[in-house]
Amino acid sequence: MIAVRNLHKTYTRNGLGLKGISLTVKAGELFGLIGPDGAGKTTLFRILATLLLPDKGSASVCGLDVVKDWREIRTRVGYMPGRFSLYQDLSVKENLTFFATVFNTTLKENYELIRDIYVQIEPFKNRRAGKLSGGMKQKLALCCALIHRPDVLFLDEPTTGVDPVSRVEFWDMLHRLKKQGIAILVSTPYMDEASRCDRIALMRNGSCFTTGTPDMIRQSFKRPVYSIRSDKMYQLLGDIRSWTGAYSCYAFGDSHHLTLKDNAPDIANLETYLKGKGYTDVFIHPIEPSVEDCFMELGND
Amino acid sequence: MKQFLSFIRKEFYHIFRDVRTMLILLIIPVILIILFGYAISTEIKSSPIAILDYSRDNVTNRLAEQLQASEYFKLYKTAGSYEEVETLFRQDKIRLAIVFPAQLSGADEPAIQILADATNPNEATALIQYATAIISTSDIVVRNLATEVNQPGVIPAANLLYNPQMKGAYNFVPGVMGLILMLICALMTSVGIVKEKEMGTMEVLLVSPLKPVYIILAKATPYLLLSMVNIATILLLSRFLLDVPVAGNLILLISISILYALVSLCLGLLISTVTHTQQAAMLISGMALMLPVMLLSGMIFPVENMPWILRVLSNIVPAKWYIIAVKNVMIKGLGMAFIWKETGIMLFMILFLIVVSVKRFKIRL
Repeated sequence: MIAVRNLHKTYTRNGLGLKGISLTVKAGELFGLIGPDGAGKTTLFRILATLLLPDKGSASVCGLDVVKDWREIRTRVGYMPGRFSLYQDLSVKENLTFFATVFNTTLKENYELIRDIYVQIEPFKNRRAGKLSGGMKQKLALCCALIHRPDVLFLDEPTTGVDPVSRVEFWDMLHRLKKQGIAILVSTPYMDEASRCDRIALMRNGSCFTTGTPDMIRQSFKRPVYSIRSDKMYQLLGDIRSWTGAYSCYAFGDSHHLTLKDNAPDIANLETYLKGKGYTDVFIHPIEPSVEDCFMELGND
Repeated sequence: MKQFLSFIRKEFYHIFRDVRTMLILLIIPVILIILFGYAISTEIKSSPIAILDYSRDNVTNRLAEQLQASEYFKLYKTAGSYEEVETLFRQDKIRLAIVFPAQLSGADEPAIQILADATNPNEATALIQYATAIISTSDIVVRNLATEVNQPGVIPAANLLYNPQMKGAYNFVPGVMGLILMLICALMTSVGIVKEKEMGTMEVLLVSPLKPVYIILAKATPYLLLSMVNIATILLLSRFLLDVPVAGNLILLISISILYALVSLCLGLLISTVTHTQQAAMLISGMALMLPVMLLSGMIFPVENMPWILRVLSNIVPAKWYIIAVKNVMIKGLGMAFIWKETGIMLFMILFLIVVSVKRFKIRL
């Protein structure tokens, strides 16, 4: 449904943009673009939504070229921009009705598709969109993007600024939607959401350095990973990094993740090394590599 | 069509739910009319004067009475000496003083001295004219003095056409209409479209089957409708509050107003295609549109007396042509035959602006 080949786009202002992205998304697939701010996720969305012209390369949506067939593409896709882009001074119901009419349909016609989502915001249907909570806003925006039963759905960071419970709910909805055969391209800066996608692309600085299922990407990570905790976490990071066997070490929430060099000494060596440095309560245990480990690792190559 | 109507309904929601917009749309026209009608008036009414009478005979008494009886003057004080008159001028108590010499009636060349405070030259000139007119046409002067004063010579008979009472309202009602239509159509439309860009909603609208030209039309239509409401308000206010009647054809007057509203809408569209923030749109509309309407349209300052470069510039101010046309139709009661040039110029402006804005409107970000 979506095919991107060697797409380039440069912004003269700050040098950011896309530096040769290629990917494909099939019908009924939930594809995640994972990467930090400035990775080029929004630029990619805007090119695919025919809002920007690429400098080089080609892209097609539903088999239509994003440059030539922009008018046709605009009737077939649902686009939810990163920023909340509905009318804040219109009520929930008015927003939905307006977008339904704009897309030549009615709320009733495709009610089946949005019912699961709509029932959650229905109690607030007469409230102004600007007065909704972050999660509610995103659910409404999703409803508006879905109202015309698009073949392809573009969701630019739909869960940014949304509370954890609503985020889980939001991803549950996406899973139900993809079962309807809609191709979904979604971006997120949260690594933990990567595992909820069918396939992901890890992006940084305008290029995508790996593509695959979250499991494949995790399995491709060959180095052993250890989670380490202690009492003085901040100094601990520096001290682990200066240990002879350390390949890399990053802070991950409440623990540090260490990857070992190929010929690293036994992990017990690290424990004595740290105890020698005066750390108490040192807690080291091996873990499965997460997507975030892969991201940190691959992004460095 | 259904899309279009739904879009217009959405626009009206925006307008009616924003107090600031509502104030601009409905209150400002009324305030402007009342301001120009009463506060910012160039007319002279009840100016304080002093009379210094050395004669004190029946002629000067009668003249003093007649001066006081006119609505232009109000006697502040009967002065006793020149020094007192001077003091009154210095204290800013009077605008004009009239001095009757001793034995006015018996003199060979009777002369009455009129002193005016010329710190405001226009006002002083007007006051002197009014005073001269009252004195020279006074029955008592004609009977007792005029034989000697105006014996041979020609008496000029001025006749003020179309606005015999010299009411300021006749001049500014067309001006205020030009100003308000520009304000509502150009400023509100440009701000309305740029707001969609700023809020990010334009992004969503563009990625929809809605044709870009419909987006523009739907944004402009509500303001065109509202400007018609304003034309009606202004005409009603000027008729019943300021006593400025519509001398010509009302339909013709409304037609040229709609034509001018369309010019303003197109200007607003053009501004919206070159700006990205509401503030910029407001600033450009204010500086590039409001000021020329105030200064170069002939609404307040006569264009004929300006340096040639400003006179040339004034030709591209749509309000100038609109105001000329409105004056011809509304005040002079002339028909279409007398305003075809103004109408033609405005039509040409619409065509030109539409072509430029459609060319400039971006179908992408």
